[in-house]
Amino acid sequence: MVSIDIETEDGQKEALRRMMLIRSFDDTAGTLFADGEIPGFVHLYIGEEGVGVGACAALEPDDYITSTHRGHGHCIAKGLEPQSMMAELYGKRDGYCNGKGGSMHIADVDAGMLGANGIVGAGPPLATGAALSAAQKDEDRVALAFFGDGAVAQGQVHEAINLAATWDLPAIFLVENNQFGEGTPVEKQHNLENLSETAEAYDIPGFTIDGMDITAVYEAVQEARERARNGDGPTFIEADTYRFRGHFEGDQQPYREDDDIQEWQSRCPIDSFASRLVDAGVMTDDEVESLRAEVDEEIAAAAEYAQNADEPDPTEAYDDMYAVSVPELTMFAGRSVRADGGSPTNTDQ
Amino acid sequence: MSTETGTTHGKSTETMTVREAIREAMREEMQRDEDVFLMGEDVGLFGGVFDVSNGLLEDFGEERVKDTPISEAGFLGAGVGAAATGSRPIVEIMFSDFMGVAMEQTMNQMAKMRYMFGGKTEMPITVRTTEGGGMGAASQHSGTVHTWFAHFPGIIAVAPGTPAAAKGLLKSAIRSDDPVFFFENKMIYEQSGEVPTDPDFTLPIGEANVEREGDDVTVIATQRLVGESLQAAEELDSELSVEVIDLRSLYPLDTETIVDSLEKTGRVIIADESPISYGTHAEVMARLMENGFYSLDAPPERIGVPDTHIPFSPSLEQEVLPSAADVTAAIRRLT
Repeated sequence: MVSIDIETEDGQKEALRRMMLIRSFDDTAGTLFADGEIPGFVHLYIGEEGVGVGACAALEPDDYITSTHRGHGHCIAKGLEPQSMMAELYGKRDGYCNGKGGSMHIADVDAGMLGANGIVGAGPPLATGAALSAAQKDEDRVALAFFGDGAVAQGQVHEAINLAATWDLPAIFLVENNQFGEGTPVEKQHNLENLSETAEAYDIPGFTIDGMDITAVYEAVQEARERARNGDGPTFIEADTYRFRGHFEGDQQPYREDDDIQEWQSRCPIDSFASRLVDAGVMTDDEVESLRAEVDEEIAAAAEYAQNADEPDPTEAYDDMYAVSVPELTMFAGRSVRADGGSPTNTDQ
Repeated sequence: MSTETGTTHGKSTETMTVREAIREAMREEMQRDEDVFLMGEDVGLFGGVFDVSNGLLEDFGEERVKDTPISEAGFLGAGVGAAATGSRPIVEIMFSDFMGVAMEQTMNQMAKMRYMFGGKTEMPITVRTTEGGGMGAASQHSGTVHTWFAHFPGIIAVAPGTPAAAKGLLKSAIRSDDPVFFFENKMIYEQSGEVPTDPDFTLPIGEANVEREGDDVTVIATQRLVGESLQAAEELDSELSVEVIDLRSLYPLDTETIVDSLEKTGRVIIADESPISYGTHAEVMARLMENGFYSLDAPPERIGVPDTHIPFSPSLEQEVLPSAADVTAAIRRLT
């Protein structure tokens, strides 16, 4: 049972809503970051929504995904709650990781979301491992790794694909080719024109698809999932897409032209899917706009919730290191003078 | 395995080697829990390059004893992913020197996932790997790297010096919900000792063990150097009373046992095959200083590899590898 059946009208509306949620979440996160509300740094998924939502819609709810540093979209696509995500971006206790992870490490293992990841190329081995676990337990689950075009140059990505291919594991490797690895164009990083040709090296199916078209992504992942579940091993999918914003917020983007951005923006995955739904009579223009307004309201409420949520207690910094209690943490915890000038909480040294 | 059995402290034991102890620990835990599996290079058909997993493929089949490609980052990373999703992998890295190629998955994924995710995932993975010089394997197959892992937050690191410690600690490692690195000194695989036969025998991680009681000087040793230190203590028995401790667990470190011993003897030698600088020795010494400074009667001594790599030629290799003679010489200097 797919997570969102986009062959039905309800499913199509839900897919559109998810893409709008991602857009609104990241627009808001970008603004809040610029305002100095959100610490650290954020990488926005704007422009790539069709890939995350199309792929996760075709997965079943119990399936696993691994994500990237640009992970907000994958989280929302997998069904995570914007409110707890926003709280995590703010470093609040109610965030998905209790404020310990932030934008780059949002995870919800119970929901099959094995973590955004700050290391380019680190997700595919984890997905191979999740697929191995599912295969060994004979569970009806697959693992999909989202990774970027930049990650295709990483050795561990190839090791992960080779292992999954050799062992026929139920894995899907989905490259989001957003045309830039950080600040360097894809053609300056790879000798292959189509990154999906990588699949030939592992004797697995490989496809390049239009990542701006949610249905193309949905269909490719649905087929790949079928193949994985039949014991036929992994599939390599390259989704051509485009990052409308910089690598990170604040990136001056000297590496690209305005014309290129505009051309890709004219193929916006949300607008194009909405138009198709209107043309097909599934929704009216007014309904699309009221859905957008509803989504914006939900994200604004999530941001307000996050702003007002409780900070973690400083002593929580010592929690969650190990499943067991480790004496070193008791010995060393709270020795430092706190940033607010407060005394060390542990003077036993 | 020897069929000879006996009793220690009223419990039934049998004599086995470190190699057999590790193999039996894996066998028992795989029988006990079907989520436990072993993977690594040549662990199945070949039986392990040091013969440690010999027979496990026959007992448990290819699904649970998995020969991997030569691809440490890939299969160690897959172990991390499997551990995060309900399996309990034992991953063998044939030589610890190969950990260099798998460090990303170790330091940024395995060690950090629980913490970064606010405690919402378990990481029940055991990484077994070999260390140590002495067989002419040269610099890329002889290193002792355990300090890296003991140093890195989020990882548990153990390094047994006896067959009983090997079995008891490996079983605890496999049952642990934390990532445990289990360091096997390849020169003690043939060393024999008494091991409890109870299939539920485990040893708590984080506890050192006094292998030999003494009053004049303490040798805190790891791995192969536990046996070398016991030999040195035996040789000096008529003149000096030497206490020998098997540190067993590098992180967490049993501060209490080593400080208690310092308070008794006032003199300490730390014998570990790591390079001497910035190593396990230094952490043990720091714990002694912080907690037992005023009990010291003499400056502690460090015995280890003198900050070189392990050379190939046997004459060069023997020059840098610490042995019982080094422990004896240190004891003489200190007493």
